[in-house]
Amino acid sequence: MGNWLVNHWFSVLILVVWIGLNVFLFVQTFLKYEKSDEYYYTREILGTALAVARASARCLNFNSMLILVPVCRNLLSFLRGTCSFCNRTLRKPLDQNLTFHKLVAYAICIFTAIHIIAHLFNFERYHTSQQAKDGSLASVLSGLSHHEKYGGSWLNPFQSPNMTVLYVTFTSIAGLTGVIGTVALILMVTSAMEFIRRHYFELFWFTHHLFIVYFLCLALHGFGRIVRGQTKDSMKESHPHKCAQSFEKWDHHDSHCRPPQFEGNPPESWKWIVAPVILYIFERILRLLRSQQRVMITKVVMHPSKVLELQMTKQGFSMEVGQYIFVKCPSISLLEWHPFTLTSAPEEDFFSIHVRAAGDWTENLIRAFEQHHSPVPRIQVDGPFGTVSEDVFQYEVAVLVGAGIGVTPFASILKSIWYKFQRADHNLKIQKAGHAALNFDKATDILTGLKQKTYFGRPKWENEFSTIATAHPKSVVGVFLCGPQTLAKNLRKCCHRYSSLDPRKVQFYFNKENF
Amino acid sequence: MGQIEWAMWANEQALASGLILVAGGIVATVGRFAQWYFGAYSIAAGALVCLLEYPRGRRRKGSTMERCGQKYVAAAVKLFGPLTRNYYVRAVLHLLLSVPAGFLLATILGTVCLAIASVIYLLAAIRGEQWLPIESKPKERPQAEDIKPPPSNPPPRPPAEARKKPNEDEVAAGGNPQVNPIPVTDEVV
Repeated sequence: MGNWLVNHWFSVLILVVWIGLNVFLFVQTFLKYEKSDEYYYTREILGTALAVARASARCLNFNSMLILVPVCRNLLSFLRGTCSFCNRTLRKPLDQNLTFHKLVAYAICIFTAIHIIAHLFNFERYHTSQQAKDGSLASVLSGLSHHEKYGGSWLNPFQSPNMTVLYVTFTSIAGLTGVIGTVALILMVTSAMEFIRRHYFELFWFTHHLFIVYFLCLALHGFGRIVRGQTKDSMKESHPHKCAQSFEKWDHHDSHCRPPQFEGNPPESWKWIVAPVILYIFERILRLLRSQQRVMITKVVMHPSKVLELQMTKQGFSMEVGQYIFVKCPSISLLEWHPFTLTSAPEEDFFSIHVRAAGDWTENLIRAFEQHHSPVPRIQVDGPFGTVSEDVFQYEVAVLVGAGIGVTPFASILKSIWYKFQRADHNLKIQKAGHAALNFDKATDILTGLKQKTYFGRPKWENEFSTIATAHPKSVVGVFLCGPQTLAKNLRKCCHRYSSLDPRKVQFYFNKENF
Repeated sequence: MGQIEWAMWANEQALASGLILVAGGIVATVGRFAQWYFGAYSIAAGALVCLLEYPRGRRRKGSTMERCGQKYVAAAVKLFGPLTRNYYVRAVLHLLLSVPAGFLLATILGTVCLAIASVIYLLAAIRGEQWLPIESKPKERPQAEDIKPPPSNPPPRPPAEARKKPNEDEVAAGGNPQVNPIPVTDEVV
């Protein structure tokens, strides 16, 4: 736990600041609408639901502003590059961009739910007080219509008794954009569930572009100016504190109080989202431009188990270990970009990916290259992005565990270690690297060509860990995993069990990287 | 797009719609909105949809991740046989269930979402998909029995001269496609 905190304190700080800002914005807006005088009469009809709806709306604006930023991967790469002098821990949050994106998405869903429920109460109350004939303040306020002799200002959007809640919802800008935007949000969320993302990636990718609908609806949502408060002039003349009690006498000539005048709040959502939207548009243009750069395929290798290796070069491409690229093949699909971990080492003069058949696009890609068409299908590349797995090099002993295609990031690392070792790189702390590749096919490692011990069947982790602990009684051992969650649980348990209580003796540190 | 199993997305969408119907129904009933009895209906309809959709169906290829505790509900869903297996039936059912909730603002979001799920199920049905329960695998045998004994003899080795040749000259069938840029010396064990 302590080790985790030391590595992740900056991410934790960002998280705390984000939560703090959400709480602050919610409370501040809530108090404004609950306490301030210009909404006195509005509260008379709506009660506390007004403040709840407005507070959640402000948090929605804030989070909608944030959500586009973590997916501007070129911007993040640029930041990572510019801050290369920064401590590795300060750059770590950049690698957790997708986690942050999901967190903000969950916040948007929660605030949307609060906002909708609050507005359901608001509309119901507006409707009820429009129908009420009891002469209460609420019903008098609802009666203020467009045809008021004192200038035409209204509070209640329900103008006539036979307007239903459904009618007003679908004939007001706020209602219509609200419903459409929420449906877009729900569709985005259901197609982004982990199960769908893992097995039907294209469905997720295409459906997620509904965010354009969501942002449009969000921007337009406030243009109807349906949230109304008393105007400043009206408050100077007839302040609610002195006039609210005498509401029956507003129409009388000799009354000091005039009926209050209202105006709608100007739309503010667009102000929050205009900058990230422009940033994101730049990001997409940049991806397009980078993808137009020529990629030369230098070697194509067909491995067993339907794994395709592509070795490529591109001008100006430079990578670090453990990074990934996005690949597009226009002859298969004009729109789809798919991520692949780089399996080559930075020391090599090409970069490579290993592609496993895992769905439509990958199967089509493998088939296209299998058929030896000449010329070979054109490939477009964006990247590299992602975590630089420098942590591996910090440990004297590193255990890299990869399951299936999960060996790919470690291939890059191992090859790099090998090159560094061959070239006697003095920065290399690693003395020994053990590679457990859980593939059942061949005795030789298909990815790296490195010699390795061949074991039959699934490793017994207890045996492995105790062997390593006995062989390196005083070392710090880093265990890295790219594989399924069940394996992660297993390995984490083993790390705890085999770490010695004495901090000078063998310590196992578990790292699960999101590749 | 050929390999997308639309029913899987329809299932997620329908499950979400069920929850939204329940939530909207609760708001309308608790707040005693006008025509709140539609809200009460919505809670019941939403609960039914959630129960029907909770067990995830089996994927065509590969293994399917079960939802937590779904086997008990799946046993009940299996009992209805073709009524629950067939996606045309589900599409029609969801469409019919969604209509009454459309009369109330609090539940109309559930209506729209469930109707969309119904359309996706229709698409899945047209493509011939059907709901199949996830078979529970027999319990895994304890680890010790899985490990096959390693071979007792070392693999046959070529004579000493052949072993000294560098890697690039290997022309063995199924030879290693990996080209090593720095020469690798073969350790004779």
